[in-house]
Amino acid sequence: MKTPSRIRWHLGRVISRRFETEAAVRLELDVPTWPGNNAGAHLDIRLTAPDGYQASRSYSLASSGESTRVVLVVQEVTTGEVSPFLVRYLAVGEEVQIQGPLGRFFVWKPTDPDRSPVQLIAGGSGVVPLFSMAAAREHEAEGAAFRLLYSVRSPRDTLFADELAGFSRTIVDIAHTRESAPGAGQPPGRLTRETIAASTFPASLSPRIFVCGPTPFVEAVAGWLVELGHDPARIRTERFGGMS
Amino acid sequence: MDVINSSFGGRRRSRDTRLPPGQTLVDDWPVLSAGPTPNVDESRWSFSIMTEDKVTHRWNWDELHEVGVEDIVTDIHCVTHWSKLDMAWRGVPFDRLFEDVETSYDYVMVHCSGGYTTNLPLEDLLEGQAWIATEAEGEPLSQEHGGPARLLVPHLYFWKSAKWVLGMDMMPSDDPGFWEQNGYHLRGDPWREERYW
Ligand SMILES: Cc1cc2nc3c(=O)[nH]c(=O)nc-3n(C[C@H](O)[C@H](O)[C@H](O)COP(=O)(O)OP(=O)(O)OC[C@H]3O[C@@H](n4cnc5c(N)ncnc54)[C@H](O)[C@@H]3O)c2cc1C
Repeated sequence: MKTPSRIRWHLGRVISRRFETEAAVRLELDVPTWPGNNAGAHLDIRLTAPDGYQASRSYSLASSGESTRVVLVVQEVTTGEVSPFLVRYLAVGEEVQIQGPLGRFFVWKPTDPDRSPVQLIAGGSGVVPLFSMAAAREHEAEGAAFRLLYSVRSPRDTLFADELAGFSRTIVDIAHTRESAPGAGQPPGRLTRETIAASTFPASLSPRIFVCGPTPFVEAVAGWLVELGHDPARIRTERFGGMS
Repeated sequence: MDVINSSFGGRRRSRDTRLPPGQTLVDDWPVLSAGPTPNVDESRWSFSIMTEDKVTHRWNWDELHEVGVEDIVTDIHCVTHWSKLDMAWRGVPFDRLFEDVETSYDYVMVHCSGGYTTNLPLEDLLEGQAWIATEAEGEPLSQEHGGPARLLVPHLYFWKSAKWVLGMDMMPSDDPGFWEQNGYHLRGDPWREERYW
C-alpha cells in the first residue's frame, strides 16, 4: 500500500450499521477519499455538536486494503462520551469527520518479509485491529502461521464470532472470562501466564506478537510474555484505554 | 468545513480553556506505549548527553538528584486526545543538565530502554520547559508511567515525554524518532494540533 504523504481529514458517510453484540455496533462507512489502509491501523473520529462543541476518539479499522469502504466495530463504554453516541445514535446516511489512516507500527502487511509466526492476543474490543490482521491473512494463499488468543467476557460478547469461526488459516482460541459457552469443558476465568503459555506460539518459534486491549490487560499479558521468554522487541502493544 | 452531528450533545466534560483543541479531560492516567514495560533499576540507571565531539556527560541516580530537583505543576496532553490538568511533578531541569554541555547542534535524539527514540529541538528543552522527572503526584514514577525516570516536556504532546529515558545525543538536523517515523508529527505542539504528518 502506498504510504500517504500527509494524513488528512476525510468525510465518511454511514452506509450500514448493525449490532454486533448487545453493546457493540458494526459501522460501515463510505469514505470516497480514503487511500486504503493496512490491517491494524486506526482512524480518529471527530464529532461536532450543533453549538460547535467537538470530541475526538480513535477507532481501529476492522477492514484493510484498497477499499474506500471502511468498517469499524465500536464497543459502548456506558459512562463514555463518544462511544454511546456511535453505538446508539449515529444513523445511516449521517456523516462524520475522520482522520487517517493512522498507526504504522501496529500493522501487519501480507507483503511483510518476516515470515515468522504471528501471535495475536486480544482483550475485549482490542480484537478489532487483530481481527483485521487475521482477516488479511485469510486472503493470502501463503504466509506466516497465525494464531489468535481472544479474551472476552462471554459468548454473547464475542465480536466477529461468525468470521472467527470461519477462519481456516488462523488458529483461534477464545478464553471466556465471566461465562463460558454451554457445555464448555472449562470454567470461565481471566487469562493467566499458564493459559497463555498453553495457547500461544512458544518463545522457541520467536513469533511476532501483537497485544491489544484495555491497559491492565495489555500490561499483564505483555509482562507474562516477557517472563515466558519472548523477546520484548518482538512484542507490540496497543492500549485502548479503560480499566476493565 | 466541519459536519454537524445534530444529535451529538457530548457529555460535556468541562471545556476548560486550558484544554487544547481535540482534547478531553481525564481523571485517571492512561498508559500508552509501543511494547512491554521494561524493568529499569534505579541502582543501574544513568542519564547521558553526548555531543558531536563524542563528549559524554553522565549522571547516575544520586548525581542526578544532586543537580537539583524542582517541583513542577503542569498540564499534560496526549496525542490520543486526553489531557490532565495541574499534575504535580518533581524533576531535574534540563537547563541545569546542559550548563556544561558544549554543542553547536540544535537538535537531540532521545534514547530509552526498550529502544524507543524521540527527536526534539534543543529550543524545546531549555528555559524552564523540560525536566527529567522522577516523581508524579507525590510518588516515585511507577514503571508503566516510565519509572524510574522519564522526560517531561509538557508543552508538547506526551509521546515526546519519553519514558524509561537513558540519554540523548546531539543532532545537527531534526531527524525523526520512533513515533515520528511512524506517522506522528515532527514537533507535536498540542495547541496547533500537530498530531500527524
Ligand atoms: C488506537 C486506539 C484504537 C481504538 N480502537 C477502538 C475500537 O476499535 N473499538 C472500540 O470500541 N474502542 C476503541 N478504542 C477506544 C476508543 O478510542 C475510546 O476510548 C472508547 O470508545 C471510549 O470513548 P468514550 O468517549 O465513550 O469514553 P470516554 O468519555 O473517553 O471515557 C469514559 C470513561 O471510560 C473509560 N474508558 C475509556 N476508554 C475505554 C475503553 N476502551 N474501555 C473501557 N473503558 C474506557 C475512561 O477511562 C473514562 O473513565 C481505541 C483506542 C485507541 C487509542
